[in-house]
Amino acid sequence: MSILVLAEHNNEILKEATKKAITAASKIGDPVHVLVAGTDCANAANDAASTEGVEKVLHAENSQYKNMLSEPISELLIDLMSEYDYLVSAATTNGKNILPRVAAKLDVSQISEIISVINGKTFQRPIYAGNAIATVESSTDKNVITIRTTAFETAKESKSTAEISSIGIEKNPGLSEFIEEKVSGGERPELTSAGTIVSGGRGMQSGDNFKLLESVADKLGAAVGASRAAVDAGFVPNEYQVGQTGKVVAPELYIAVGISGAIQHLAGMKDSKVIVAINKDDEAPIFEVADYGLVADLFDAVPDLDKELEKIQK
Amino acid sequence: MKILVPVKRVVDYNVKIRVDKETNAVDLNNVKMSINPFDEIAVEEAIRIKEGGKCDEIVVVSLGPEQSKETIRNALAMGADRGIHVKTEHSPEPLLVAKVLAKIIEKESFDLIILGKQSIDDDCNQTGQMLSALLDCSIGTYASKIEIENDSFVVTREIDGGLQTIKLAKPAVLTTDLRLNEPRYASLPNIMKAKQKTIDEVDPADLQIEMQPKVVTKKVEEPPARIGGGKVDSIEDLVDKLKNVSGVI
Ligand SMILES: Cc1cc2nc3c(=O)[nH]c(=O)nc-3n(C[C@H](O)[C@H](O)[C@H](O)COP(=O)(O)OP(=O)(O)OC[C@H]3O[C@@H](n4cnc5c(N)ncnc54)[C@H](O)[C@@H]3O)c2cc1C
Ligand SMILES: Nc1ncnc2c1ncn2[C@@H]1O[C@H](COP(=O)(O)O)[C@@H](O)[C@H]1O
Repeated sequence: MSILVLAEHNNEILKEATKKAITAASKIGDPVHVLVAGTDCANAANDAASTEGVEKVLHAENSQYKNMLSEPISELLIDLMSEYDYLVSAATTNGKNILPRVAAKLDVSQISEIISVINGKTFQRPIYAGNAIATVESSTDKNVITIRTTAFETAKESKSTAEISSIGIEKNPGLSEFIEEKVSGGERPELTSAGTIVSGGRGMQSGDNFKLLESVADKLGAAVGASRAAVDAGFVPNEYQVGQTGKVVAPELYIAVGISGAIQHLAGMKDSKVIVAINKDDEAPIFEVADYGLVADLFDAVPDLDKELEKIQK
Repeated sequence: MKILVPVKRVVDYNVKIRVDKETNAVDLNNVKMSINPFDEIAVEEAIRIKEGGKCDEIVVVSLGPEQSKETIRNALAMGADRGIHVKTEHSPEPLLVAKVLAKIIEKESFDLIILGKQSIDDDCNQTGQMLSALLDCSIGTYASKIEIENDSFVVTREIDGGLQTIKLAKPAVLTTDLRLNEPRYASLPNIMKAKQKTIDEVDPADLQIEMQPKVVTKKVEEPPARIGGGKVDSIEDLVDKLKNVSGVI
């Protein structure tokens, strides 16, 4: 049951999402190999090689893999998959973009966003925005699987180092061309790996008011997220969106401010360990999932919270 | 240019579904059904491209039971030109949908196929990507902007870190993200007009595709319920609980 994991990295280290995919892969079987493709990504390959559960790293250096465009990476994966039974990746936008293309070429279905491995052929996955959990069984020998990162632990660093083998397959279908990427980045932790998240909704009224949340987030070392309504209104960029069709997160602490708690938003955060909701409407559905609900005007409550946190920091 | 838009009939996004414990399945009795929201965005985009003078015909296609015709009519009322209904008992798995779509595209060629990025019932997020593989053409998922050039499409995509712009060779498969556009409502005259538009019926048996699913659902359960509803009286109370009860700050 050999398994290939598609890695995402920043050339230096693997993304945490990939380390979670490695954990999921180890639950399916072994050996687990990891493909690190890109340009100047030798350090990332080393990181993969020193991750627990990884038996071998395939390192593919080529300019056409730089931006993870689907067509060239799929082409590489399709070739490699003649040697593997499973292809696994995190359900990030890259994983979701690339893996189904490989699956179709292998004439197999993809099993999307699994949350648990029951056995090599049986998995659980959320459907209907997480309002139901399906147990699904595959009937094919080869399987293509994406994993929901919130459901798996991050693979640890290993004491030994796995073998790294350079591979050089060059097949560019030439169907797509990278033009540019606008990444906001910044100092704050990434949403999907942050321990604490402070999210704002339509109730924030403007992008400027998000500064109130950022101040709180800074004190907590938190990431800032948002509801779709806040993104649509242009308060914050799209990558802030938490939910069924945005990012799925499960931090230790999730603070929802001025968010009503629509099904699609809950789908992205209801597995958080502790949920705080600040909303002036005491009937807002967000309170049904909140451990600590505060019925208040956010323009009073958030500055108060900021002050209170400042006090305990001292 | 000809555009194909696959549309799926799904449980309306406002419905909170329930799992029927006896049948181990989602209870779909008397539940409001609608066009998948992302597919509505796809239809809207195709119409805007046509209104911009860059498309001659928009064809919508749906796989599903008889009622999927309503979903097709919906899209025709918005402004699509013609429909194809592939009659199946229920919506098949994405690989099969992609195979059927590929057959239809083989018969009459399309320059652009716009799908939703994901169906809000199965949350698979696969069909467009699979179709692009079967057609050996370019793929642009999660589009928030589409520009049409002579023999290519320039597509801005919503990715985890922000926005990415790529250029795709024609023909291309695109999938829509939420912010691509805001779909229009069908006007009454257009709803009337849509009744005259053609919907061709296709029997999947005629397409020579083995319609056997490769992944089967064994059971469906409710997720463990989250016990919420706790309240605090003040920020001081909140901070105290977060610190001393939950230990998360
Ligand atoms: C296909 C589809 C996919 C979707 N995907 C997502 C998704 O991934 N993520 C997502 O979030 N949504 C998603 N949505 C949208 C979702 O249905 C809701 O519309 C959205 O989550 C609402 O955002 P909101 O809670 O910020 O806004 P609203 O529902 O308008 O709520 C605003 C809240 O702020 C409160 N408020 C206002 N002023 C104050 C104040 N001064 N102080 C305190 N509270 C205040 C109000 O009481 C209200 O509860 C999707 C919808 C569709 C159709
Ligand atoms: N039964 C169907 N009929 C028509 N289009 C479909 C069907 N199933 C999926 N699609 C299309 O594929 C997209 C992605 O679906 P999925 O891969 O199931 O998440 C949808 O938004 C539709 O555009």
